[in-house]
Amino acid sequence: MAAHLRFRDLTLGYDRHPAVHHLTGEVEEGAMLALVGPNGAGKSTLFKGVLGLLAPLSGAIDRSPGARDIAYLPQVAEIDRSFPIDIYDLVAMGLWRRIGWFGAIRKAEREGIRRAIATVGLTGFERRPIAELSGGQMQRVLFARLLLQDSRLIVLDEPFNAIDERTVADLVALIHRWHGEGRTVLAALHDLNLVRRHFPHTLLMAREPVAWGETGRVLTTENLMKARRMCEAFEEAAAECAVAAE
Amino acid sequence: MCGRGGVMWIYDLLVSPFAEFEFMRRALVGVLGLSLGAAPVGVLLTLRRMSLMGDAMAHAILPGAAIGYLVSGLSLLAMTTGGLIAGLVVALAAGGVARATKLKEDASLAALFLVSLALGVVIVSLRGNSIDLLHFLFGNVLALDNETLVLIAVVATISLLTLALILRPLVLESVDAGFLRSVSRSGGPAHISFLALVALNLVGGFQALGTLLAVGIMILPAVISRFWSRDLTAMTVSAVATGIMSGYCGLLLSYHAGWPAGPAIILFAGALYCGSVLFGRCGGLLRGLVSRRHLEA
Repeated sequence: MAAHLRFRDLTLGYDRHPAVHHLTGEVEEGAMLALVGPNGAGKSTLFKGVLGLLAPLSGAIDRSPGARDIAYLPQVAEIDRSFPIDIYDLVAMGLWRRIGWFGAIRKAEREGIRRAIATVGLTGFERRPIAELSGGQMQRVLFARLLLQDSRLIVLDEPFNAIDERTVADLVALIHRWHGEGRTVLAALHDLNLVRRHFPHTLLMAREPVAWGETGRVLTTENLMKARRMCEAFEEAAAECAVAAE
Repeated sequence: MCGRGGVMWIYDLLVSPFAEFEFMRRALVGVLGLSLGAAPVGVLLTLRRMSLMGDAMAHAILPGAAIGYLVSGLSLLAMTTGGLIAGLVVALAAGGVARATKLKEDASLAALFLVSLALGVVIVSLRGNSIDLLHFLFGNVLALDNETLVLIAVVATISLLTLALILRPLVLESVDAGFLRSVSRSGGPAHISFLALVALNLVGGFQALGTLLAVGIMILPAVISRFWSRDLTAMTVSAVATGIMSGYCGLLLSYHAGWPAGPAIILFAGALYCGSVLFGRCGGLLRGLVSRRHLEA
């Protein structure tokens, strides 16, 4: 399989402070990769880099042609749930790349929106404002939007935080379906049991990559302790990185 | 006879001020135009949690308009252009200061609008008298000339057309900015166009309501509409209706009670606001007190 994403000695960060430090590796097309690490380990930052929203401080990300059109699930906390918009309209925005600012939503697209909403089990709720949804329902809405995007690379930032078990099971099934269709899935996750059960590969991060490979070999007690130590050691007044200065 | 007298009384109360006096008709047309443009902009402004930005831009218009006045007297074009530029500069500067320093945007806005207000008052006083200053601060809705009415109509037209163009990215950016960034770069242009619309509407309202009250016809109807509807279309329509009603009733209040017209309009909207906070269908305070039986599902 060809590499979908290739990180070459990648350093990403803000104000010269690295949040992702010297990451090298490849994500193969069709991979199902969990991104694990303590808060502040750089998971969301890495996603911003993958999405092209943050330019590398050094190093590079190579994207294969199929990895330019990315379906992205933001953390749910970044969404303004009080805004008066209903499920149907929010899901429909998954068509953005096709419809843009003014493109019409025609019959075929309306059919697609209905199918996506049905797939996540929210048929009948189309005109419900998002303010009235439970956390689990909201996450189903966002997955419906991902379905509609129909991308080869899917990036999920903490998709299962504070979500009920039933919803998690349904949404994990969707991720398996994408995996079966040969799509690449990258997911930042905190629930290690869930990662062990469902994700064949894991990247454990603590700003620097701690371990990357088969999930069983990555999520060892030793590696997890190491990751935690590395995150706590973060210093505001760090010296300039000698490797980066090259 | 009694019935006829009643009709006459209602006519005298509600219609004759406008039938008899041209300045009242002009004022009514003015507030109608202002409501059509400013109220929908206000709805999105409040939904984007940018009410304070509206306030800051309104104040920022003062020094800009005052410089226009300093250069070419009471010329509508000069004051409008000056105000527009100053409003946009402050909006962009606040965003820039927030990004470049640790100061949050609301704090830099508060700082900028106080400075603009003081600066504006000083500039107006350099050339004008206190009457001019009052005009700058509170406008004169009862003295709208043709030029100003045309300006208001143009502003309303541009606002509605532009909103129609940028609505999709603007809404998506308000709900889920991270997602919009992941699929397109239209968030920035939509935001800047929207800021320009806010400035444009404030400048349009400046002659009628002054820098201090122009923002009222934008924010108050929008805030009121949130107590009455839960979807964007209904909110927008009810905000426009609220704006027009406040304009009409405020002008009547000013005519019959002898109150200054601009403040009367804003006060009427204020009364509607208080009523909505108490009785509003969506989240009004007294709604919660009336215990209604809960539904089955």
